[in-house]
Amino acid sequence: MLVLYWICAAVLVFTGVAVVASRQPVHSVVGLIVNFAALAVLFLTLSAEFLAMMQIIIYAGAILVLFLFVIALLTIGNQPVDRGEGRLVFQTVPSVVAGAAALALMAIGVRAAWASTAAAPPSDFGTVPSFGQQLLTTHLFAFEATAFILLVAIIGVVLMAGRKEVRF
Amino acid sequence: MPQVPLTDYITLAAALFAIGLVGFLVRRNPITMLMAIELMWNAGNLAFAAFARNFGDMSGQVFVFIVITVAAAEAAIALAIVVMVFRHRAEVDVDDISIMKG
Repeated sequence: MLVLYWICAAVLVFTGVAVVASRQPVHSVVGLIVNFAALAVLFLTLSAEFLAMMQIIIYAGAILVLFLFVIALLTIGNQPVDRGEGRLVFQTVPSVVAGAAALALMAIGVRAAWASTAAAPPSDFGTVPSFGQQLLTTHLFAFEATAFILLVAIIGVVLMAGRKEVRF
Repeated sequence: MPQVPLTDYITLAAALFAIGLVGFLVRRNPITMLMAIELMWNAGNLAFAAFARNFGDMSGQVFVFIVITVAAAEAAIALAIVVMVFRHRAEVDVDDISIMKG
């Protein structure tokens, strides 16, 4: 478990940096796929097997395919890659400083916080039946609200991407 | 089988969140910025799952599921906006999309 955690942590951080640093968006998508796979393995170590499946199916299977389609659609004529150091010359340094400050704050807070040792969860923890039982009884309202959010997203996408004339 | 402490999972989630934050601030390609946002969603999901395992409460896992759904809706909406902008401009750079500037 410990070895698996550190392997997955290294893969997660490496591919995360690759997603952010690569010039071509397609390379970022490939890095993101590996990132999501490693996260699914981490979900398995946290005895969340249903979430691991959903991570692979929804994220790597649906969302990243959507990203790939949009990249393929937009790079027919020319490539929407970043144009190097453009008008915002001093963008990189403050951004990295802000990210490092946020990481330091979060790490200090986490290290200082008290955490109880993890007790062994019940045997059906994270399995599909217990997950579905929780989702459809205790968290039924959140489930219904999510369905409404998806409906709004569908309508919004059809309104925006399906229209012919859009003025800018 | 030695257990990984909770703080290690949360620290890893914090590192992933910081990577996504830096990526969102540095890059100007909206698709890459969206992928940085996905990294940050996933960092939050990892923290939720770790806390759920630590406290033996399935609510954290259910919330991860709902976050994944909302992230899917967000990605679809944002990519539709990118496609819509790209139809009228040859390039997609977030600095050029300043129509809503007051």
